[in-house]
Amino acid sequence: MTSVVDTQPQALTFECETGNYHTFCPISCVAWLYQKIEDSFFLVIGTKTCGYFLQNAMGVMIFAEPRYAMAELEEGDISAQLNDYEELKRLCLQIKRDRNPSVIVWIGTCTTEIIKMDLEGLAPRLEAEIGIPVVVARANGLDYAFTQGEDTVLAAMVQRCPEKTPVAETEREERNAISKLLNFGRRHEEVKAEESEYVNHPPLVLFGSLPDPVVTQLTLELKKQGIKVSGWLPSKRYTELPVVEEGYYVIGVNPFLSRTATTFMRRRKCKLIGAPFPIGPDGTRAWIEKICSVFNIEPKGLDERESQIWENLEDYLKIIRGKSVFFMGDNLLEISLARFLIRCGMTCPEIGIPYMDKRYQAAELTLLEQTCQEMGVPTPRIVEKPDNYNQIQRIQELGVDLVITGMAHANPLEARGINTKWSVEFTFAQIHGFTNARDILELVTRPLRRNNSLKDLGWDKLVKTEANG
Amino acid sequence: MKLAYWMYAGPAHIGTLRIASSFKNVHAIMHAPLGDDYFNVMRSMLERERNFTPVTTSVVDRNVLARGSQEKVVDNITRKDSEEHPDLIVLTPTCTSSILQEDLQNFVDRAQIEAQGDVMLADVNHYRVNELQAADRTLQQIVHYYIEKARKKGELPEGKTAKPSVNILGMTTLGFHNQHDCTELKRLMADLGIAVNAVIPEGASVHEIKKLPQAWFNLVPYREIGLMTAEYLHQEFGTPCIDITPMGVVETARCLRKIQQVINEQGADVNYEDYINNQTLYVSQAAWFSRSIDCQNLTGKKAVVYGDNTHAAAMTKVLAREMGIHVVWAGTYCKYDADWFRQEVSEYCDEVLITDDHGLVGDAIARVEPSAIFGTQMERHVGKRLNIPCGVIAAPIHIQNFPIGYKPFLGYEGTNQLTDLVYNSFTLGMEDHLLEIFGGHDTKEVIHKGISAGSDLNWNREAQAELNKVPGFVRGKVKRNTEKFARERGMNEITLEVMYAAKEAVGA
Repeated sequence: MTSVVDTQPQALTFECETGNYHTFCPISCVAWLYQKIEDSFFLVIGTKTCGYFLQNAMGVMIFAEPRYAMAELEEGDISAQLNDYEELKRLCLQIKRDRNPSVIVWIGTCTTEIIKMDLEGLAPRLEAEIGIPVVVARANGLDYAFTQGEDTVLAAMVQRCPEKTPVAETEREERNAISKLLNFGRRHEEVKAEESEYVNHPPLVLFGSLPDPVVTQLTLELKKQGIKVSGWLPSKRYTELPVVEEGYYVIGVNPFLSRTATTFMRRRKCKLIGAPFPIGPDGTRAWIEKICSVFNIEPKGLDERESQIWENLEDYLKIIRGKSVFFMGDNLLEISLARFLIRCGMTCPEIGIPYMDKRYQAAELTLLEQTCQEMGVPTPRIVEKPDNYNQIQRIQELGVDLVITGMAHANPLEARGINTKWSVEFTFAQIHGFTNARDILELVTRPLRRNNSLKDLGWDKLVKTEANG
Repeated sequence: MKLAYWMYAGPAHIGTLRIASSFKNVHAIMHAPLGDDYFNVMRSMLERERNFTPVTTSVVDRNVLARGSQEKVVDNITRKDSEEHPDLIVLTPTCTSSILQEDLQNFVDRAQIEAQGDVMLADVNHYRVNELQAADRTLQQIVHYYIEKARKKGELPEGKTAKPSVNILGMTTLGFHNQHDCTELKRLMADLGIAVNAVIPEGASVHEIKKLPQAWFNLVPYREIGLMTAEYLHQEFGTPCIDITPMGVVETARCLRKIQQVINEQGADVNYEDYINNQTLYVSQAAWFSRSIDCQNLTGKKAVVYGDNTHAAAMTKVLAREMGIHVVWAGTYCKYDADWFRQEVSEYCDEVLITDDHGLVGDAIARVEPSAIFGTQMERHVGKRLNIPCGVIAAPIHIQNFPIGYKPFLGYEGTNQLTDLVYNSFTLGMEDHLLEIFGGHDTKEVIHKGISAGSDLNWNREAQAELNKVPGFVRGKVKRNTEKFARERGMNEITLEVMYAAKEAVGA
């Protein structure tokens, strides 16, 4: 074993710690998914603990009459004195009456797992009885971390994508929300003319929930290469889920979607394009190139496009070049972000990550390794299921310039003179594509710029040494 | 099952964690799945805590589900014991561990054999009690544990302190303005010549617990947390408990008179009447405010009050008794202690509302249309929707309710703060109202802030639609930067491509 490592000094190393780390519960995915899927309603079947988390983690969103609620389990539910089916039917009818959604998504939690409530069994019966699709996603803290919640929901939705393109042309237009958006307000002949701008390639469906502006940007980026996006999971409305036929190509936009990818391949017989993720200009370019290569298209103008973006980032790059960044790990974006930041000139001693799917992230890992070689920096150790306590010891030993971490550790680290960036912001900010590379660096450099302007005040260590436990 | 969007009191384990993390050098270990340690985020964010929150999780995952926790919990306890050497580790059950029904007490007993510090299992049932009840119980449990321990070792001090002294019970982490209240109470006690024997649990070490019996009396400022402990100390040592919340001028005086009575019964000879008089008439501004013309204008104005027992009850009395405001209804979410609330407020309001359903509270506000609301953050948002100003008086609260400036709700400085809160809420409402009647003097929309007059650029439909998706507060900036970018390049139509190009170039 050692000899293999010796012959490949630059190979990535993978470790696994105790799993004692801080992250958000995966049910937090309802926060962005209910906004993305406009006609949905998310029902989280769990306890007060789940509700308390959602209520606090979502801050002001909670007051905007969100389309989600808790089905709060009471003692009678736990001890099976109440009938699950009847209880859920009562609540879902109330939701139907008050909100009339096109789909109700049940989010299973730790409690429904432990008491083995058969949500997948109950859903089809209830669906038939109340006439609204019920999708079940078991996004619980026993099995998953934070963004993996979206993965469980999208994997469940893959099964609901229509199998055949509807024959009528009008209906097709209805379905294809993206092309409708792009063709908005144009006459039929113009649209026809535009169809010819696309290269003839098999249908491509993208998956991963992104804000609508980012969807438009990435779609346009592919259009420049003559690639047509046939659909996107999730779409703006549940009723507009993309058609998925056997043999379609699919590609992910986010690193935490391995179950969704697997479901596309195994259940819908799609072909998965494995590529780095379109985060950072390097990632975006590699992502587009990989799609082009699968479709035998010669990419156009990517070189200039990428270097133009890098040029515009120079003011930010100056700030971070040569500095080190440490990812404590909580949202699975870590590999892609580290790869981008190393390309920006940073070093990275450690990438903590909740879960590492080496197959789904294979291309991203290769690009990371390659980036380290090209930039002449040591490869990071990748620590799966990290132990936050041990990590804090390592951070203090290493003396890193920036720690990307959850809010539980950010203030205490800042008080000890260590720069931090709150990792959750990367989940909610727009970070995909060429256009948003600047936004990533805006986030990454903010603590450095802020602390730079305070640096002469002598206020960097704000805890008394005896309290430094 | 209950359909719920919002809850006023948190789950039980939050209460236990608030107590554990209030003490110095006490560590809590939650028996919980990944992601249940959200308490650490709240403490670190809301309180802007500089130190790591002493709460870790013994993670419940699939393996635990299949085989039980086995050695895991014990290992986590002994590991934390050797890493941080806490005086006490509190094993905290959650909703998940409640259903798993593992023998947590057995883990605690086993860990205690190896651990240097003490180990304890928090005795709370997730499905029976809420955050506040659990906090009350956990505090009592810890105090009981250390009193018994000291008693066994013969370390329990004899008798009372030479001079009158007090234990202040119930100050906690994440409590509404607790830090400021605590400072104010200490100041008040100093004014009265009463030594503070101990403040429990905030900032205390468990080693201080054994000296609790030396105090002449216990002061429990909040109804929700501390009473069980005070009752226990009364049973064991006969220490009298004063549970009058010194919030508002009248109640503060009542609390001081009770203190006077209690310590005089134990042989002190004090008279606080002059102090009360001087503070009330000349130091605190609240009494003077209630006579001033400003307050006259508030007479008979309608208000509603909602919150926890302590703050909603005290606020109702202040509004009705000290300011002549008409409290249409007063409500609490402490359903388990509803009788006390009813008894406290019924003579000061038309109606009492006992519920923890925010929908009912919102409807009751809409029905009454008060001039001001005093409630939690949820009521503040109801107020926003209905255009009624709201003063926040109780948890659940947000980061702005953890002010850095000195803002107690208790004691004489507290009465000043209350006055500001009430007065600002009402005048704001009046101003708004007058503006509506007379149309105001500012036009509502800023027509133009840009670098060039009028837009000569044509936004095509997609670009316009995209622009409308940009959040309102930055839309103007995005529009200006995009147009500037287009103008510099001599473009006269703005398309999606131009928009993104502008963003890439200048970060519009």
